Amino acid sequence: MGNFAFLAAMLLVGIGLWALVSRRNLIKLAIGLSIIQSGVNLFLVSLGYVRGGVAPIYTYAPPGVPMVLPTPQALTLTAIVIGLATTALMLAFIVVIYRHRGTLDAGKIRELKG
Amino acid sequence: MNIMVHAPILAIAVPLLGAFALPLFAKVHRNLRDLWGAAVAGFTAAMAVALAVQAFTSGIQVYTLGAPSPTDTVVAGGFPIRIMLVVDALSAFMGLITTVLGLASLVYAWRFLREDQGKTLALTLFFLLWAGIYGLEYTGDMFNFFVFLEITSIAACALVGYRTWESRPPEAAFKTMALYTLGGLLVLLAVGILYGEYGALNIAYLSSKIRGALVDKVALGLLLGGLLMKAGTVPAHMWAPDAYGEAPAQAAIVLVGNTQASLYGLWRVLFTLFGGALFAPQVGWLVVALGTLTLLVAVLMAVIQVDLTRLIAYGAVSQIGYMLLGVGVGLTVLSGRPEFGLVAIRGGVFHMLNDAATVGLLFLAAGAVYRAVGSKDLRALGGLGHDLKWTGGFFLLGALALAGVPPLNGFASKILIYQSSFQLSPILAAIAVLGSILLLAVFVRAFQGAFLGPRLTKAEPAPLSMLVAMGALAVLVIALGLVPGFFLEHLVNPAADALWRGRDLYLAAVLGG
Repeated sequence: MGNFAFLAAMLLVGIGLWALVSRRNLIKLAIGLSIIQSGVNLFLVSLGYVRGGVAPIYTYAPPGVPMVLPTPQALTLTAIVIGLATTALMLAFIVVIYRHRGTLDAGKIRELKG
Repeated sequence: MNIMVHAPILAIAVPLLGAFALPLFAKVHRNLRDLWGAAVAGFTAAMAVALAVQAFTSGIQVYTLGAPSPTDTVVAGGFPIRIMLVVDALSAFMGLITTVLGLASLVYAWRFLREDQGKTLALTLFFLLWAGIYGLEYTGDMFNFFVFLEITSIAACALVGYRTWESRPPEAAFKTMALYTLGGLLVLLAVGILYGEYGALNIAYLSSKIRGALVDKVALGLLLGGLLMKAGTVPAHMWAPDAYGEAPAQAAIVLVGNTQASLYGLWRVLFTLFGGALFAPQVGWLVVALGTLTLLVAVLMAVIQVDLTRLIAYGAVSQIGYMLLGVGVGLTVLSGRPEFGLVAIRGGVFHMLNDAATVGLLFLAAGAVYRAVGSKDLRALGGLGHDLKWTGGFFLLGALALAGVPPLNGFASKILIYQSSFQLSPILAAIAVLGSILLLAVFVRAFQGAFLGPRLTKAEPAPLSMLVAMGALAVLVIALGLVPGFFLEHLVNPAADALWRGRDLYLAAVLGG
């Protein structure tokens, strides 16, 4: 029961990897990477979960109730911000590529090879 | 307050601040921007050099962020809860390489970049990348390693693709970004696994706990995959020729530094983090095999290139193969510790410094060619030696050094790799020598194609700042080749020892006792 979150995270990573190898549309590649990011973030945040735990805000927690671990939440927040930056940069490149080529098909955008 | 105590964090924070403040100064006046850039670069370089001097003379430097004193590494109970920077001889050595490449890039960029082609943007991204590389090399914490990895990824890809008015750079940048992001996520997943298992992120603490269970092996596999992807080894090398080939020259040489920082991360993971778990022989053979494959594939791909920067890019990838081969041989025999294992690691580590100087010189020379005639197609170039005398000379010097021709620096480190890999298996040494011979043929052909023959077009010689940057690297190439013993004794041997026997010292410096 407690491992469902990990299974879901690995499933997301798997879906993302599948998108990376099977899709040719550049935006779908970016979506694939984004799904992997979500999977890893879910994995990180579920590492710190304590059954019945409350948010790790010291002044708000009622006494005697366990708190979930704060470190994984801090890590996940950082990872989400980094993921936002990489996704935004990738989408920006896709816009520029589309302006130059008029297509998003990775198979047709092959100026650089060999 | 003694500023030297804070050198590790200043070497990261100052270029970071420099990057974000640079566009503001550029709004006021471009001379103010240049002055600011020079001041930030000078201060950062001074910090990195001073830190290296400290690390080489008085041992490992530890800096704990947010502690009452930077040397308070652990709280009561011997558990490190704070973020820390740990600079041992290897980190300091890598910091010196980064400093040399960064300063050469900046001096070169001063006249190479044009104001109407995003000079402010390129300089901003350069400082961001520079800060990220220092961070990778100095951090003592796995999660911050991931954060700096992503900072370098974002800055490096933006540097590759910021020239959006051309069609090829954004394509190269997208490809690179996709692979960097995937590699970064593999590293993050591994960091998550290690945190879940041991409840810590500190490299030294993790290293003292890792015993080689199944989850550790999974984490090691993910870290290997992510870092090798970012270092551009076969079979994940596809991004490297695109990125190096399309990045402007001043960015390409910092990308070399970025790649080397990923390799440094790999060494840190293999020798320090997993150094006590004794996976050494199998993983060592894997690294050796990937290194041999990388150098062979890259050299063969270089043969068919007609684009000058792509050709150099494959040359750069092949050098990554030599480093992996050298250090991999050392890792393979780590448990028995025969003498040739240490020689192999020295060769691999020394080759990182040599590669930075030679490949950097080649990229800068190719950039000067591109600036002079607006083309880098070897089929269209020719006779540039008549006008670009200095650039031609620098290119030839770099080409010979890359191919490992004595008495230049490439030979000094490759001979160590040949000797030691021969003792592990003669086939490895044979492939390594064969790769060098092919490289010589490829680069002599490129030199002949671009610089010799009748003059085709009138080319404008490179400006002084670009020649100074190339000249500095050329002096380094010659000096490293003529007196390798001096550099080996003072820089390379301590750095190699940090891998060979340094794990206990590293752990003791952080955890005490």
